[in-house]
Amino acid sequence: MRRAVTLFLLGVLPWLTFSAWAGDGVPKPTIVIANEGKCIAPTEEMRRNHMDMLKHQRDETMRKGVRGKPASLNGCIECHAGKSTGSVIGKDHFCESCHSYAAVKLDCWDCHQPKAGFKAAGVKP
Amino acid sequence: MSNNDRRGFLAASAGLGLVAIAPGVHLMQVAQARPAGEPASKLQRWGMLVDTTKCASGCTACVSACATENGINEQVADPRQAAQWIRKIDIKDPKNGRQHSLPMMCQHCAEPPCVDVCPTGASMKRADGIVLVDRHICIGCRYCMMACPYKARSFVHQPLTQQNPEVPRGLGCVESCTLCVHRVDKGQKPACVEACPEGAMLFGDLEDPNSDIARRIAQTATTQVRADLKLNTGVRYQGI
Ligand code: SF4
Ligand code: SF4
Repeated sequence: MRRAVTLFLLGVLPWLTFSAWAGDGVPKPTIVIANEGKCIAPTEEMRRNHMDMLKHQRDETMRKGVRGKPASLNGCIECHAGKSTGSVIGKDHFCESCHSYAAVKLDCWDCHQPKAGFKAAGVKP
Repeated sequence: MSNNDRRGFLAASAGLGLVAIAPGVHLMQVAQARPAGEPASKLQRWGMLVDTTKCASGCTACVSACATENGINEQVADPRQAAQWIRKIDIKDPKNGRQHSLPMMCQHCAEPPCVDVCPTGASMKRADGIVLVDRHICIGCRYCMMACPYKARSFVHQPLTQQNPEVPRGLGCVESCTLCVHRVDKGQKPACVEACPEGAMLFGDLEDPNSDIARRIAQTATTQVRADLKLNTGVRYQGI
């Protein structure tokens, strides 16, 4: 399944990059980056490989306890959270705009907090 | 599993060599953030010692601190579905009336049954002894909940949106005390240990003979709950 998603992305994203070819009349995702220019790799590389970078780091961190590496999901959120909501999800926000355009379902946010600098409150007794 | 054991054995033997060459190495590792990029080490085993003679009945400071730290803030429809990261238990010996109050949470077993039964490898023990659920591959079957003798695990039954960024948790996965792994990796103590007003909880490295916890365990009578199961728990109790 993941392979299929990756192959699909590899197919779609280069096309997005050169989507000027598509000419007018083709809707494109609006991608707003709140803090531009601080990315850990060039845009082209991120577009193609962000899923592999994140997945690799996810396993390294979760299973081996490696912390402080650049490809961290919370690190992404810090820069990419939209200015209006502080989140990377929601219409026109960084992750969701492109993923809904490419019809690739994201389940990161079932567990991960999509808002930058969010402070959770506790209520248990 | 057998693969993990073999890897563990290799790491342990390498570790022993290191200790013999540099006996001071342990001392430097305690209560320090692990440098960026370094994995958790087999040379450490994080554990906790709870002094039940100090733990006050009715006090839930550790439970609240855990909820705040880990973003456990959802209202559940049925109390039986509530998260069970840590809870207070009052016990009484019916023969002599002796009473104790104590916090119960994942005991971070060295031989964790939750890891044995997990069909996907989601339930896992990190090199430094912290037992975790890798939610990325947890299928929510809940075998581990049934296998845990301490009822230390619970299942998230509803969508969550108020997670702490450092503590991802969500619908369809099993969860339990992480020993505040995100704090421990920064060189901090678990939230419950820090919050206990009686100083009844001691956190540290069981593998370091110079740590407070290892010294206390070497000097005083401590108990592993259900020691008969031979799970070699990382959480120990004193006074029960
Ligand atoms: S106490 Fe339960 S959840 Fe924790 S390691 Fe042991 S079996 Fe697993
Ligand atoms: S609920 Fe998740 S962690 Fe527990 S046994 Fe099933 S897959 Fe493993």
